[in-house]
Amino acid sequence: MNGAQILIDGLIREGVDTIFGYPGGVVIPIFDVLYSTRAIKFLLTRHEQGATHAADGYARSTGKVGVCLVTSGPGATNTITGIATAKMDSSPIVIISGQVPSGNIGTDAFQETDMLGLTRSICKHNYLVQDVKDLPKIIKEAFYIARTGRPGPVSIDIPVDVSNAKLKNYEYPESIDLPGYKPTVKANSGQIIKLAQAIAIAQKPLLYTGGGIVTSGATDELLKLIDKTRIPVVTTLMGLGSIPFDHPCFLGMPGMHGTVTANKAMVECDLLIGVGVRFDDRITGPRHTFATGKNVAHIDIDPAEISKNIKANIPVVGNAKEVLSELLKKVKERPRNSWNERTDFWKAKYPLKYKDAGDGTVNPQYVIERLNEFSDKNAILVTDVGQQQMWSALYYHHRLPRHFLSSGGLGTMGFGLPSAMGAAVGNPDTQVVCVSGDGGIQMNIQELATCAINRIPVKIVVLNNAFLGMVRQWQDMFWDKRYAQTCLQRGPECPEECHGPNGECIPRYLPDFIKVAQANGMVAYRANNKAEVDEVLRKGLAEDGPVLMEFLVNREENVYPMVSAGKPLTEIIMGEE
Amino acid sequence: MLEKHTIIITVLNSAGVLARISALLSQRGYNIESAIAAPTEDPNVYKISIVVEQTEEHIEQIVKQLNKLVDTIRVTDISHKGNYIVREYIILKLDVTAKNRTDLFQLIHVFKANPIDVAMDHVILELSGTRRKIDRFIEMVKPFGIREYVRSGEFAMAEYQLPNKGDSKNGD
Repeated sequence: MNGAQILIDGLIREGVDTIFGYPGGVVIPIFDVLYSTRAIKFLLTRHEQGATHAADGYARSTGKVGVCLVTSGPGATNTITGIATAKMDSSPIVIISGQVPSGNIGTDAFQETDMLGLTRSICKHNYLVQDVKDLPKIIKEAFYIARTGRPGPVSIDIPVDVSNAKLKNYEYPESIDLPGYKPTVKANSGQIIKLAQAIAIAQKPLLYTGGGIVTSGATDELLKLIDKTRIPVVTTLMGLGSIPFDHPCFLGMPGMHGTVTANKAMVECDLLIGVGVRFDDRITGPRHTFATGKNVAHIDIDPAEISKNIKANIPVVGNAKEVLSELLKKVKERPRNSWNERTDFWKAKYPLKYKDAGDGTVNPQYVIERLNEFSDKNAILVTDVGQQQMWSALYYHHRLPRHFLSSGGLGTMGFGLPSAMGAAVGNPDTQVVCVSGDGGIQMNIQELATCAINRIPVKIVVLNNAFLGMVRQWQDMFWDKRYAQTCLQRGPECPEECHGPNGECIPRYLPDFIKVAQANGMVAYRANNKAEVDEVLRKGLAEDGPVLMEFLVNREENVYPMVSAGKPLTEIIMGEE
Repeated sequence: MLEKHTIIITVLNSAGVLARISALLSQRGYNIESAIAAPTEDPNVYKISIVVEQTEEHIEQIVKQLNKLVDTIRVTDISHKGNYIVREYIILKLDVTAKNRTDLFQLIHVFKANPIDVAMDHVILELSGTRRKIDRFIEMVKPFGIREYVRSGEFAMAEYQLPNKGDSKNGD
């Protein structure tokens, strides 16, 4: 067998059923093997970034390792944003890139780039295959490293001569021998007892849960723990869906655009139990203001996360599912107390709210609320990055883990459409809805054709405010409404300094998303006003194939609640009532 | 408080492992004061010694991040640990005159330095020892006129039968 055959055989043995990617000169030998391989479906995207995000969306929604295959040079560099996105959100993907022939490495050969060097800081681990005899072991290790411990992207760079090289006596390894890689799954029981004791004496305990719950599949354990202890829960963006939105103990998402209740609970609790979270700056605000005087417990599979940002008094290294199930045995039942009454009181007093424009125009929040009515109850919701992401996080009814996909850590605009496509490929029987903005959708708009031609039934919602809304919001709130380069409708006829839309001077919005969708062979609908919202959602979501639904929303709507950057969680801006 | 820490990293002898370590440190914003990578008795294993000036908190984070690398077998911060033999090596080129040659050679004798090249106007010396000893030697020979020197940076070995404390691959 040659290297290319060994690679594909290894992928099949690792359970790979789908590869996302794009061909090129040095990967022709690999594509040639795929050409006659029926066990693996290949999805040809229109850009390598799309392929990487699609593999990521596939991985996040299925829990399996996503795979992406690209050529050397520009093919490889186009994956960088996708790899960094997967790394920040601990998503298991394997990126296979071609490389120029071994003998040409270092000579600035045609389409040569140092993939090993480029991906070093954005991968969990990476490989350059120097000899075909190492290839089976590398494939085995790459998949193992990607999916175990704290999952993450692993890159394999394969020179074309390695793909062509013959190997006698090919055997796929049975076992792994990585002396430097042994993730801790089971936690130290002493630490778990310490945590159970801390819970027993705490007056105001709070569970702060994140992506670790989703990754380890710990939803059942979390719900059982809450049933037994009545500890209120806040969930980060990455953890949404790990607890049903209407659970009485669920207080919402904390942080910069968190609910008032979640942030008040973060401030007032006396025991903060972080589970599978990383105390991100969008959650904590300035670190010196966060969790002062509190008992902080931190459960995480990655020891380097513990006390990285916030000092933990009770560190617990282990897999969230394992730790919670052990904790469940050790923890005493805890009756509802005045703390639960207090969080209930906040929930009643500070529900999410926005001011309806009242003139028949569309509030973006309203579209998400109506989406709750029309989308399937088990739909997978994928977002882009920006205001629509926060409205989707806040207003959508999250019910299930692995059903809310969003670029949390890196905040990658353009993540939405391709990752939704990957999720739809991985979950053919589940409705997949992609909520995007008019900025984000354009960052990977080429994938409309991929969806249409392959009949991948992604339901795309574009909230069009003709602005890069989140940055505009900051300019509105903190920069005197100096809308520098955030208006996507701006043209040469506009005044030099523009502080917002004012009637007739506005040039025509481009592109016409309906025409773009139609040109890509996709059905498209537009809602121009509030009255049309339901109709568009009803018709769009009933389509069998992919569909684009555009909603012309109020241009200067802001996301509230908000805690300004650099401010502590106590300083919540509520917005207009 | 900023303090110099010597960290010993035992790694698999894999392609680019030194680049991984230095890239990780620069990515996390830490400057390396010195670094040595060298083979050991096991051909599959290399030892890398780095010296970084950081606070205790940051060192803890550096050690954890280094441990996360797949090729890392063990990371040990040996600072404040009595049970390690730590050495550094230096080569110096000094100016010398007929007048002060005797004084210089007295120092060389006291410090057990080794003259490699002795000429009318200069001397090249080598010396090994603790960082403190080398610092002191440099201070003492400065008045003679130092043309150049190069230090190896620290490297270390545990004393015989070291209790296995303080090493952490997978956190505690």
